[in-house]
Amino acid sequence: MITATENAFAFSPRRVAAMMLRYWYLLRSSWPRLIDLIYWPTVQMITWGFIQYYVTQNAGLLVRAGGTLIGAMLLWDILFRGQLGFSISFLEEMWARNIGNLMMSPLRPVEFVAALMVMSIVRLAIGVVPVTILALVFFGFNLYGLGFALVAFFINLMLTSWAVGIFVSGLVLRNGLGAENLAWSIMFLFLPLACVYYPVTTLPVWLQPAAWALPPTYVFEGMRALLIDHVFRADLILIAFALNVVLLAGGIFGFLKLLQAARRHGSLMQIGE
Amino acid sequence: MLQDSVIPAIEVERLVKIYKQVPAVDGISFSIPRGSITGLLGGNGAGKSTTIAMIMGLLMPTAGSVKVLGAQMPHQRYRVLQRMNFESPYVEMPMRLTIRQNLTVFGMLYGVRDLAARIEELAAALDLTSLLDRATGKLSAGQKTRVSLAKSLINSPELLLLDEPTASLDPDTADWVRAHLERYCRERHASVLLASHNMHEVERLCERVIIMKRGRIEDDDTPARLLTRYGRRTLEEVFLDVARGPDEAEAAQ
Repeated sequence: MITATENAFAFSPRRVAAMMLRYWYLLRSSWPRLIDLIYWPTVQMITWGFIQYYVTQNAGLLVRAGGTLIGAMLLWDILFRGQLGFSISFLEEMWARNIGNLMMSPLRPVEFVAALMVMSIVRLAIGVVPVTILALVFFGFNLYGLGFALVAFFINLMLTSWAVGIFVSGLVLRNGLGAENLAWSIMFLFLPLACVYYPVTTLPVWLQPAAWALPPTYVFEGMRALLIDHVFRADLILIAFALNVVLLAGGIFGFLKLLQAARRHGSLMQIGE
Repeated sequence: MLQDSVIPAIEVERLVKIYKQVPAVDGISFSIPRGSITGLLGGNGAGKSTTIAMIMGLLMPTAGSVKVLGAQMPHQRYRVLQRMNFESPYVEMPMRLTIRQNLTVFGMLYGVRDLAARIEELAAALDLTSLLDRATGKLSAGQKTRVSLAKSLINSPELLLLDEPTASLDPDTADWVRAHLERYCRERHASVLLASHNMHEVERLCERVIIMKRGRIEDDDTPARLLTRYGRRTLEEVFLDVARGPDEAEAAQ
């Protein structure tokens, strides 16, 4: 006999594929959604590209740091768009009032989360890959020139974005669409603290431990080390990975607890504001 | 160990749900045998939707127990979710997807074999064939209800939970939906729990009626016996007797 616990954590690739198919149908049916994916990354890249161009023209020291601004912007976009891609796919179910149908189907929470993870990569690819090509064409910045380091940065940033996305989805399930704004804004908490555009030493000393507690801080420090000093800091990447494992476990735990609370308080029946 | 076919479709025992110290469902018990259609009646706030949500596993009871097809809800829900389905006005199908896309996604979630054929079969039965490739959001209210019904039947469920299945439908479409449900239950020996405000619908479909008021079961019998016992001609009059008390209901008429 299958126990309830085993069954609840069963994993079916078919059900994950069903959810991915659902999001793919949705993306395909709406060109504004596709344009939205690429619009903001492009605007950001062009803005920061010109700022960097101006800085390198006027400050000799910063010439050595060539590419850090565009590189930081592109990596920040991976972090931000990764979380947004996850959260928006989830919010689509809330907006469509479809969450009850899914919660009553055999779809397990872990399968739902897996589908959202894959879709965040798909959405990110649609939005960011063309922008990396524009960065190469217009500003001569080749993100892919980072090679293996880019893979390490990407994995860590995606893990952070998923951890945050999972937790935010739990909050929306428990509190309804009133918590939707968190999906758009929560990642901006990371922007000053993760030191996206400046080194950690820029922060006041008392704030630096908070910065080092965040996995993306290690990624952005690693990127600067690579672009300015041409050194790949594997130590930073490993610490980021370890912190991400903790963060992701916390995100999944939080999601399951919030889902349980939603079942207790009846939030799954009252999807709305 | 009981043979699966003799295990009741639903067993509810001393079920309680309390929201902020206010009981929405207050210690109800009932059992629904296989192959039966049971109506759950009650005014607004009687506790019908809360009861159905606990049966579906969407809501955790404060006390008591719910068993569906022998599985304890909500903890053992994954043992039986594949064998049940539901339709409710509280949920909708994704509007941008076509009917075929929606049914494909749900068919895959429920692990339906030979899905394309099943979709064609349902579309033919529910008069949706010519609409299969139209976006769900562009359908009329009646067509959307038929799509929701198709979704709720996609996995040929042994247990169907229906919350107001014909609300907002014109009399002709509503009658057509009822006929389809009757046929489905007869052919598949499926069990149905139907929450409705439509007394005509309950009288026609249900062989048993549970009437709820303020979270409790006020009465539970066949429609014929309820009419005799209350000395009324229609279930609507019985409903008013229960909701208002016989004197007030008489005065209102």
